[in-house]
Amino acid sequence: MLLEIKDLRVKAEDKEILKGLNLSVNAGEVHAVMGPNGSGKSTLARVLAGHPGYEVTGGSITFDGKDLLELEPEERACEGVFMAFQYPVEIAGINNTYFLKAAVNAVRKYHGKSDLDAVEFMQLLRAKAKLLEMDQAMLGRSVNEGFSGGEKKRNEIFQMAMLEPRLGVLDETDSGLDIDALKIVSNGVNALRTPDRAMIVVTHYQRLLNYIVPDVVHVLTGGRIVRSGGRELALELEEKGYGWIEAETAGARG
Amino acid sequence: MTQLAERHDSLAAGFEALKREPAFGHQGLAETRTQAFDRFLSRGFPTTRDEEWRFTNIAPIAALPLAPAAARTIDADVTARLQPAGPVGVSLVVVNGRLVDTPALPAGVTIRTLDTATSSDLRPMRPAGGTIFPELNTAFFQDLVVIEIAPKAIVIDPIQVLFVTVADGDAPLVSPRLVIRAGEASQATIFETYADASPDAVAFVNAVVDVDVAPGAIVDHVKLQRQNPVSFHLGGTFVRVARAGTFTSHAVTVGGRIGRNDIVSVLDGEGATCTLNGLYVGTGDALIDTHTTIDHAKPHCPSHEIYKGILAGRARAVFNGKILVRLDAQKTDAKQTNKALLLTDEAQINTKPQLEIFADDVKCTHGAAIGQLDEDALFYLKARGIGALDARNMLLHAFADDVLTGIRLETVRTTTMALVEQMLGLPA
Ligand SMILES: Nc1ncnc2c1ncn2[C@@H]1O[C@H](COP(=O)(O)OP(=O)(O)OP(=O)(O)O)[C@@H](O)[C@H]1O
Ligand SMILES: [Mg+2]
Repeated sequence: MLLEIKDLRVKAEDKEILKGLNLSVNAGEVHAVMGPNGSGKSTLARVLAGHPGYEVTGGSITFDGKDLLELEPEERACEGVFMAFQYPVEIAGINNTYFLKAAVNAVRKYHGKSDLDAVEFMQLLRAKAKLLEMDQAMLGRSVNEGFSGGEKKRNEIFQMAMLEPRLGVLDETDSGLDIDALKIVSNGVNALRTPDRAMIVVTHYQRLLNYIVPDVVHVLTGGRIVRSGGRELALELEEKGYGWIEAETAGARG
Repeated sequence: MTQLAERHDSLAAGFEALKREPAFGHQGLAETRTQAFDRFLSRGFPTTRDEEWRFTNIAPIAALPLAPAAARTIDADVTARLQPAGPVGVSLVVVNGRLVDTPALPAGVTIRTLDTATSSDLRPMRPAGGTIFPELNTAFFQDLVVIEIAPKAIVIDPIQVLFVTVADGDAPLVSPRLVIRAGEASQATIFETYADASPDAVAFVNAVVDVDVAPGAIVDHVKLQRQNPVSFHLGGTFVRVARAGTFTSHAVTVGGRIGRNDIVSVLDGEGATCTLNGLYVGTGDALIDTHTTIDHAKPHCPSHEIYKGILAGRARAVFNGKILVRLDAQKTDAKQTNKALLLTDEAQINTKPQLEIFADDVKCTHGAAIGQLDEDALFYLKARGIGALDARNMLLHAFADDVLTGIRLETVRTTTMALVEQMLGLPA
């Protein structure tokens, strides 16, 4: 098992958001997480990445046998956890390429490898930029600064391609992408699907799942995963919304 | 009250001693000095009751047993260590306010000192708006450096002026004085550095710089204040920019216990341009005060100003940016930005823009942003594997770089950045 989340309880500013969430992901799998606004999907993604704004009050997260909650955000990234932000941050004055080089070399250093030299780095950069059809000009600009919504999302997946993590957590990467960009980004994600890597894809739209075909679909509402199923669950949700599941779980609980 | 009298006694005794030296001058200069000293004595050291000094308490300076700095020499290796731009261009070394030697000068550059100064070098036209301290400088300066750039001369390499204090004995009152005269359509870069030979001897440096930018001339001015953490620095820079002249200033402060920098720049001809940029880094108990005045006296003059500060420990800063647009100065385009990062809870800044606009067809904008390091940006960098310290340093570097990129000469830019990084404990 690559990732195992057990009975996870998370609070932010005295509000309980995740209320006993369980999720297991094997290497090689793609899991889709769907759910209504405010149900806790981004909270789950951020807690996996180690965002300091959340307090874990209970439960455990085990990643590749390690207690993830014990690790700093940068250690998690180096261990291979990558979150594509729902809202990527603009950082004025830090050049995108410089930033990527710092990130790639930080991860290498963590694993006891030497820095990539300038030539090796540029080769990697070009290959991945091509995969995601990144505009050369964007690489020279400040991180996300002045990028359109879609460009930011594409840049997240480009970073993931550069860092080659073992777990990608994509938080609504599809929203804001036009149909062509959606295909490019999906191709980029699919190129990273390997037997030793897993993805958690948070989305509101089953459309994405036509391109990135999941092994499992989960429904997150009220801070828990209340139903899991195959691809067809996504189609059912698209047709019927979340009301029926919420009613069923309320009934089951009540 | 007795303390005040004593303090003035020590200065008065110093003044009497100076009278016996040739540097005091005859008639004209002697009279100017006496009048200036009288004006200083009648006002005395300002206190925090004085609006201009509300947040900057200079009682620790007033309490020093001040004695005019004695003539000293300095070893070449010390100068080499303190001269950050390395061996580029011309290098003038001023020790305790006196020029110690004159190197070979490039074509178009003339240097004068107290012995060779003209009467207008000694009494430059100085715009109003400074503090009382230039009066104290006038009373006590023991030498001055006049840098004159001939009309149309283009001086590529920087002219470095290193002001070093050698303190051995009572706290020296050092009174550096520099006059920059850029002739019509000339171009030059002047890089001033203020430093101490000793890392822990107290000194009070009271510097005055007068800059005259003739029509069409371009002057790039960099001032680096890297005094030791127990010394005091008050500096006044007075600039007059004539028609179509360009004055660019970068003031970088990384040293001193209490420092105040006053810059007054008058745009005194159509199309004159002025850029005042600054970066200050305060740690420990440092207090860094910046007062700038941009006086738009004529129409069609753009001015730009960006000041940024990074404060850690219990450091404090004051920023007061005045923009004056006179009745005549239509089509003025003035932009001021002032930002500070407070890295600790105890770090503090008092900031005030001051716009006084009397013309009606003008564009004036100002903005201030005081805050902590952007937590979201920090998390974003960490989430990509970059360590906490590196992430912080990347953000600080980006913050500072924005100001320093405006420095035209790369050697000056990189050495200045290296000092800032050193100050913040960043790997250089
Ligand atoms: N740092 C925080 N502080 C306080 N409340 C928060 C914080 N983060 C999230 N919340 C709240 O927790 C709930 C879940 O938020 P979250 O962002 O995880 O939802 P989501 O499922 O991603 O929603 P969406 O589909 O709209 O993106 C919301 O009510 C939100 O307002
Ligand atoms: Mg969300």
